[in-house]
Amino acid sequence: MRISGFLYSLKQGMINIWRNKLFSSASIATMTACIFLFGIFFSIVANFQSMVRNVEEGVAITVFFEEDISEEQLQAIGKAIEMAPGVLDQRYISADEAWEEYKKIYYEGDEEAAETYGDDNPLETMSSYQVYLRDVSQQQDLVKYLEALAGVRQVRQSESLANMLMDFNRLIGYVSMGIITILFAVAIFLISNTVSVGIAVRKEEIAIMKLIGAADYFVKAPFYVEGIMIGLIGSILPMVILYSIYERLTDFVAEKFSFLENLMTFLSVDEVFQTLAPVAVILGIGIGFAGSGLTIRKHLKV
Amino acid sequence: MIRLENVSKSYSEGIPALNDVSLQIGEGEFVFVMGDSGSGKSTLIKLLLKELEPTEGKIYINNQDISAIGRRQIPVFRRQIGVVFQDFRLLKDRNVYDNVSFAMHVIGTSGRTIRKKVPQMLSMVGLAAKYRSYPKQLSGGEQQRVAIARALVNQPKILLADEPTGNLDNNNAWEIMNLLEEINARGTTVVVVTHNLEIVRIMKKRVIAIEQGVVVNDVGAENTQWEDAVSDKAQDIYLSGDKEAGGFFDED
Repeated sequence: MRISGFLYSLKQGMINIWRNKLFSSASIATMTACIFLFGIFFSIVANFQSMVRNVEEGVAITVFFEEDISEEQLQAIGKAIEMAPGVLDQRYISADEAWEEYKKIYYEGDEEAAETYGDDNPLETMSSYQVYLRDVSQQQDLVKYLEALAGVRQVRQSESLANMLMDFNRLIGYVSMGIITILFAVAIFLISNTVSVGIAVRKEEIAIMKLIGAADYFVKAPFYVEGIMIGLIGSILPMVILYSIYERLTDFVAEKFSFLENLMTFLSVDEVFQTLAPVAVILGIGIGFAGSGLTIRKHLKV
Repeated sequence: MIRLENVSKSYSEGIPALNDVSLQIGEGEFVFVMGDSGSGKSTLIKLLLKELEPTEGKIYINNQDISAIGRRQIPVFRRQIGVVFQDFRLLKDRNVYDNVSFAMHVIGTSGRTIRKKVPQMLSMVGLAAKYRSYPKQLSGGEQQRVAIARALVNQPKILLADEPTGNLDNNNAWEIMNLLEEINARGTTVVVVTHNLEIVRIMKKRVIAIEQGVVVNDVGAENTQWEDAVSDKAQDIYLSGDKEAGGFFDED
């Protein structure tokens, strides 16, 4: 298509939207609502995933060794852990460090009781590796891998927390996917209806176009432009709204759930929008294209 | 230029709209196609535009068998043929200039060529001064001129005019026919489907008469007498002035 043809189709698509104001506005409003809700869910999921990541980084697997383990074997286990997939970080905790930590937690304010052990270390056999995961869903695989290493006596994991986090994350994902799918189906249906009204209004013009030898794409292009423009406007509008209210919303939620302030660390608006904005625009354009494509295929036999 | 070989067209009801029609129209010819309502004239136009496919037979345009043209090639094929209708079929929301330039836009002509060609074409049909008028501001004859300008702006080799004077008074009808004759003189093959016997009689062009899907007469331009070309029954209807039945004028 030449530039003049492209500009002509663009202009005709805009005229379609303008002539068909009522339906176009309804489609843009629905699209805006859909993408707005999508943006909300996306922000929730993105923030939740970020929180889960923060928690995951704190979820450690503890690896204990056989009592008679040699220094070489210990280092070999350390190397093997380092090489394992999904490992974010690892830390060796000697028996002495473990005892000091234990004392700090359990004998705080009652240091004299701990002194009864004298120089003995009751956790002498409890030196360990603390292994931190990049993704909590890989925990089971890693535990199996660690248990199979020579010299490893026991692997301790916080299974319930990991599972709970994973389940909750999955639940949010499924619920949002379900709602968004329904909303987008509605949006496609509305855009499709709007474009079919446009086709009906321009029936005579289309008939003339066909008779004077307009190429297929030239007849169809204004209707694709119409759908895509509706999708584009319907995705930019909610992004602007969401951008302007995001920080107020996160502040509000943080204030309401202040007892969870250690867990609730929200992503900044820019962090969320650097992914959300392009995804929303592509989604809007895609839905507009799909909506008009469906109608064109059904009603516009060229 | 146009050749039909044993062309028949039947619709689902089974009654043939055209039955074993063979005819040939040469390059640069001016031909009238006459017939009653339901005689098959409209079917003929639709077949030539490849809006319909013949049930039997072959149609050649510019020596090309049009049944061999694929769906995607139809737009390019149709650019060889300009069409004018009785009801003008102008876009009411666009002015004269835009109605004509529309035909160039849809085939992807560049903006510069459109700006050059459209005024030339409007001058040719005598509407250069009215390029900003909308169809409702024009007379029937002027609207048909716009339709002719639109049909010709892409320089088709053939112009099909389906009852081009059907909605016009005598004066406007003659203006349009003179314009079509002028277009023909410039080399375009012109095929006019009409009921207007007065025009056919006076213009003395080749006449192809169709009745019930069959070509009943094909009389050359050199010896055309409209009475030769059209059946007695048709003449009776036309001369009675029964416009509903196809008559156009009162015989004087």
